[in-house]
Amino acid sequence: MQTQGVAGKRPADIYFFATCVVDQFFPGAGLDAITLLEREGIRVHFPVAQTCCGQPAYTSGFPDQARAVAAHQLTLFPENWPLVVPSGSCAGMIKHHYPRLFADDPQRRAQAEALSLRVYEFTDFLVNVLGYAAQDQGAECTVVLHTSCSARREMGVHLSSRQLLDGMKGVTVAMQDHESECCGFGGTFSLKQPEISAAMVADKLESLKATGAERVLSADCGCLMNILGHAAWKDAQDGQTSATLPGEHIASFLLRRTEQGAAK
Amino acid sequence: MSEHTMQFMPGAGFRARARAAVDNPALRRSFRAAMDFLIAKRSAQFDDPLELETLRTLGEQIRQYNLGKLPELLEQLEARLTGNGIQVHWAETPDEANAIILGICKAHSAKLMVKGKSMVSEEIELNHACAAAGIEAMESDMGEYIVQLAGEKPSHIIMPAIHKTKEEIAHLFHDKVDGVAYTDNVDELIQIGRRVLREKFLVADIGLSGVNFAVAETGTLCLVENEGNGRLSTTAPPVHIAITGIEKVVEKLAHVPPLLSLLTRSATGQNISTYFNMISGARRPGEKDGPHEVHLVLLDNGRTQAYADEQLRTTLQCIRCGACMNHCPVYTRIGGHAYGTTYPGPIGKIVSPHLLGLEATATLTTASSLCGACGEVCPVKIPIPDLLMRLRSEAFSAPHDDPRLRGQGAARSRLMSGVWQIWARIYRSPTLYGITSWLASRFNCLTPSRQGPWTAVRTPLKPAPKRLRDLLKEKA
Ligand code: SF4
Repeated sequence: MQTQGVAGKRPADIYFFATCVVDQFFPGAGLDAITLLEREGIRVHFPVAQTCCGQPAYTSGFPDQARAVAAHQLTLFPENWPLVVPSGSCAGMIKHHYPRLFADDPQRRAQAEALSLRVYEFTDFLVNVLGYAAQDQGAECTVVLHTSCSARREMGVHLSSRQLLDGMKGVTVAMQDHESECCGFGGTFSLKQPEISAAMVADKLESLKATGAERVLSADCGCLMNILGHAAWKDAQDGQTSATLPGEHIASFLLRRTEQGAAK
Repeated sequence: MSEHTMQFMPGAGFRARARAAVDNPALRRSFRAAMDFLIAKRSAQFDDPLELETLRTLGEQIRQYNLGKLPELLEQLEARLTGNGIQVHWAETPDEANAIILGICKAHSAKLMVKGKSMVSEEIELNHACAAAGIEAMESDMGEYIVQLAGEKPSHIIMPAIHKTKEEIAHLFHDKVDGVAYTDNVDELIQIGRRVLREKFLVADIGLSGVNFAVAETGTLCLVENEGNGRLSTTAPPVHIAITGIEKVVEKLAHVPPLLSLLTRSATGQNISTYFNMISGARRPGEKDGPHEVHLVLLDNGRTQAYADEQLRTTLQCIRCGACMNHCPVYTRIGGHAYGTTYPGPIGKIVSPHLLGLEATATLTTASSLCGACGEVCPVKIPIPDLLMRLRSEAFSAPHDDPRLRGQGAARSRLMSGVWQIWARIYRSPTLYGITSWLASRFNCLTPSRQGPWTAVRTPLKPAPKRLRDLLKEKA
């Protein structure tokens, strides 16, 4: 949970860093997150020059390339506004790894350290800065939540997604076994060690399905890409014509369930 | 460097071994169940998160304090041990360590060595060296005894035979131990093992053990164990040889209790181990038991390489509890043997590059999703994921004339470096990113349906027809 920076004050303006995955693969999730924030009366600024936090190169062992990309992002958020990121993993990169990445570059390090204090993962920002509680309008439904490893262990914000869902009157959150275990994505890990990654995502999907939940939610699109990609592949293998376990970013779920006349 | 270590490339066959392991449902199930059991035992010990955090911080501080003055402490340790009548030997390589131990054996015309559990003896492959010299080395820890009978290596640093089912052990005993009828009753199996081993303790010439903590101020070797075989190995035979890594020294006796508590609770979920041995010398005049001679072999084997680097030095904080392995989703799925290294799992991935070089181990550093479960449970707070990223970057870095790490740059490939160069060029330039991402979305119908390993178990990744930035423009 965040205690530093601008926590506690309700900001009028924020920056939104979408992440490359949301921009290209889950744009709807980004749009829904922004719409939700705007509905809370916040002006959301999306610097269009943003690209990627640099994490793929960083975790793959190419810090110089990550640094080049990170240095560009550092220039995009000059105002002292919170920077909200709809991904625990990219938020963690900016918050915890940028200052280290620029350890030998005093000017950028100072920038990175200052930025670090105002980086928020999306659900953490909703719960702990805005004090947001979703006014659920939807029908009864059971969901299962997958929390990314970075949200849990690096950002320590794993409770905020659950808190948001627990506060929704029509929503039951099912609990999967091995809940805190990694889904097996790990960026380039899924390509470098595909067999192990495949075993991990298969086990994850099985435990999610075993709950009988109607859909899986996550605040990280990297995990969703992996879990839903495997789920769709498995459905095709099994000859299923519709998704046996659909899923989406928690922002989309929150937005839909809080609109007038909301469905599931 | 011996030929043996030169050719030992655990990274080479790693993927094939990992694939075989994940395709073995029995192995997957048994590792999962065993790890779940150990996880539950540990968490029952730490029901107060605040106490756990305080203790971990203390453990980290103690280890860092002692590593901070390691050279000085090693000198002090040697002086105190010598004062206590324990002979101290220094070994830079596994070969040197084996030569020292075999030299002691020879001086006593030893034929039989009983061994308490020691991972460092596995690291130097002492059993092979003994066999080559005509000395029988017999493991006396039940798990080690089982893997020795099976001609295997430990698959876990605390539970060496965790990969074996009781039926497999039953067959093994029946086949390999004289006069044993088949039984898969666990108590009976343990009794059989005890009976065989008891006889050996009484006739062994040499007792060998590891060391969990070596206390510099008192010259004391501390040994943690549960079966009493450690006590017997270090007291019954006339000569006791202890072997450990140079990082195991602590300055004060007062440093031991917090580390011991972290160790047993993290490893097996025990409040305290059944036995805790403190060895402060050989048999003194008038004493009725204990060895006549005690030796300590202090092994470097790449540890000074880790020591020389501020970040990598944290690797040496390890107290070998195995908790990182128990909580690792990769280890849980492939087991210990797939790694091909003495130390498997997360600790193996960060320590093996120093023992064996990055040429041999670069692949292992990629076998992690960086989920952080290991770092979260490590009782001395080793930042394992950060170390893995660091080792990856060292493996991919440009080769150095004077490498600080053995095998630095060993995994560098033109293709890989080229790919990340291009990636960086695109993502650091909003214009280039704008064009490439627009093209990817606009022509998403051209997205290949086969995307390498990704699509082996997943549907292809396909860019959305419009990017978020396009949707926002439309919305405005
Ligand atoms: S790295 Fe930490 S968790 Fe793993 S064996 Fe060492 S002390 Fe235990």
